[in-house]
Amino acid sequence: MTIMKKLLTTAIASAMMVGSAQADISDNTVKIGYLADMSGTYRDLAGPNGLKALEMAIADFGGKVNGAKIEVVSADDRNNPDSSSSTVRRWLENENVDLVAGMVASSVTIAVTKLLEENDGLGIVSGSAASSITNEHCTPNHIHYVYDTYPLANGTAKAVVQEGGKEWFILTADYAFGHALEGDVSRVVEENGGKVIKTARHPFPTSDFSSYILQAQSSGADVVALANAGSDTTNAITTAGEFGLTQSGQTLAALLLFLTDVHALGVNSAQGIQLTTGWYWDMNEEARKWADRFMEETGVRPTMVHAGIYSSTMQYLNAVKATGSDDTQTVRKQMMDTPINDMFATNGRIREDGRMVHDMYLAQVKTPEESENEWDLYKIVRTIPGDEAYRPLSESKCSLVTKN
Amino acid sequence: MSMILGVPAAVLFGQLLLGIINGAFYALLSLGLAVIFGLLKIINFAHGAMYMLGAMVTVIMFDAMGINYWVALVLAPLVVGCFGVLLEYFLLRRITGQDHIYSLLLTFGVALMIQGILTNIFGVSGMRYSMPEIFQGGFKLDFMFLPYYRAWVIFMALLVCFGTWFMIEKTKLGSYLRAGTEDAQLMQGFGINVPLLISLTYGFGVMIAAFAGVLAAPIYSVNPVMGSNILIVVFAVVVIGGMGSIAGAIITGLLMGVIEGFTKVFYPEFSSAVIFLVMVVVLLIRPSGLFGKEA
Repeated sequence: MTIMKKLLTTAIASAMMVGSAQADISDNTVKIGYLADMSGTYRDLAGPNGLKALEMAIADFGGKVNGAKIEVVSADDRNNPDSSSSTVRRWLENENVDLVAGMVASSVTIAVTKLLEENDGLGIVSGSAASSITNEHCTPNHIHYVYDTYPLANGTAKAVVQEGGKEWFILTADYAFGHALEGDVSRVVEENGGKVIKTARHPFPTSDFSSYILQAQSSGADVVALANAGSDTTNAITTAGEFGLTQSGQTLAALLLFLTDVHALGVNSAQGIQLTTGWYWDMNEEARKWADRFMEETGVRPTMVHAGIYSSTMQYLNAVKATGSDDTQTVRKQMMDTPINDMFATNGRIREDGRMVHDMYLAQVKTPEESENEWDLYKIVRTIPGDEAYRPLSESKCSLVTKN
Repeated sequence: MSMILGVPAAVLFGQLLLGIINGAFYALLSLGLAVIFGLLKIINFAHGAMYMLGAMVTVIMFDAMGINYWVALVLAPLVVGCFGVLLEYFLLRRITGQDHIYSLLLTFGVALMIQGILTNIFGVSGMRYSMPEIFQGGFKLDFMFLPYYRAWVIFMALLVCFGTWFMIEKTKLGSYLRAGTEDAQLMQGFGINVPLLISLTYGFGVMIAAFAGVLAAPIYSVNPVMGSNILIVVFAVVVIGGMGSIAGAIITGLLMGVIEGFTKVFYPEFSSAVIFLVMVVVLLIRPSGLFGKEA
């Protein structure tokens, strides 16, 4: 009798558990909205190939998690916070989107995270750079996964100052991301005994940089730093080459360069440039293996953003699987409790401010002699441990950290 | 070193020169627009796309067939010009005489399609194109280092601008063109093939844009969206100069390059807006533009 009773209770209990697990995934569907620049300046670093990376992760789950279907919707952010906000509002309010992934231009991301907080949705930011996203703009509703301006400054700027580049001219893209990077770089330069003698803020996007390069040359600075991204950076580097900036003894430091930018410049123009990256496709066996899969799908090598989108989607789906829920705070907590060890990061962890902390890499663009093929572009000079690379919580202005 | 408003005079000379170089690009592009609008009354929103095609064709011809810069300087504008003639023949001709808004929408749609297709094929990161050997290096002036190539850009742009102005205003062919657009029926009566003349004029305007694209290929990032950024500025230049005025487009193009260049020194954040501020002021004072004829 007691055995029967035990069996019965166990059966009922397990039936309830299964039932509750299904009930916890809203409308039995996990819906992911992919928002990124699909057609503008930042298309290649995230864009349609980022969507491919996301779909690769879903395919690895067989299109289902705990019996619930995984669906994807996507939209072009057009680098425009207003139109992106209305898209995301529709996703969250009418279409039951559980996770917003991608997110590139920092101005778009900051607008979207406010909506996520209002609607208690979850966002994983893979493309944006501004460190303010997990600092003054942090919310309990998003995670910043791949990199931010703090380690970019800590990596590249620190290395350049230590090599003797004391006086800096910073050329900044005039929007949220550029301002954040300029601030972080100025701090690192000054902490290491250097000095920022002039900054110039250029409109985004700009195609002709000759005027700024000339100002940089006449400023007499040792280092000309580019706090911009995408075609702004490649245009500035090309123009600097044309006007003989480095021949006259100045150092050019590009603070944010993606693999696709270096590929577009080619090793002839870009050789020797130091940069900080969160991931490189050829950095270890696991990364290479995933990069090969990605190349089969897309025909190109992945940027750190592509890799981050895949990795973060896997982490998200694993968290949904483990908790049996797509509730934002349940999943976010599970993700924070789980260390990240995969093709993207070793011992990565998500902090309470939403920052995913992992090792960063100081890299140098190979010379034409060293580079064996069109994607063989970087050599890793130094691994910067995650805790050294990212802003420590003790300096955080994030309300989630300061209220504790 | 003498200073002007807190900036060394030498820096300002440099900026003046760079402003003229950028202005030369504006002049070339607004010239083509002015020719097309002045003679055909078409608002050609595909002009930025034609500039981009000029640059893309240059790079693609080099990558696929090893065709060098000098050949491309002639061949790329011809290829793009032929494309323009086809566009006029198959599409634009059908809306002749309609309100300007139709040509604006049609050409804008065509531009978006060209841009979208090329973005899908080539991405937006930009394609590599190296500067021809002969242009490596530059002049060491007292106040700046002037790359040989930038000097070449000014020279070629001014040559094409002057040539076009001369052809339209001073030659017999130009007088046919102007007459053909004033009164097509009468010109037909004189035995002149006006539809052909119009196709060729559109093709010519497009060729100038493509030529500017070839000049841009070695110095700017060549990608499918490069034309959309510059198009609006160039339209502002044409409006300031006076829609349809050829000399006005050239002079205003150079002037706006210089004004923008100085803004980049004193208040760089404002440099993308300054041309539009000038446009507002000019339109308030002279609604037909600086060199416009119609009241």
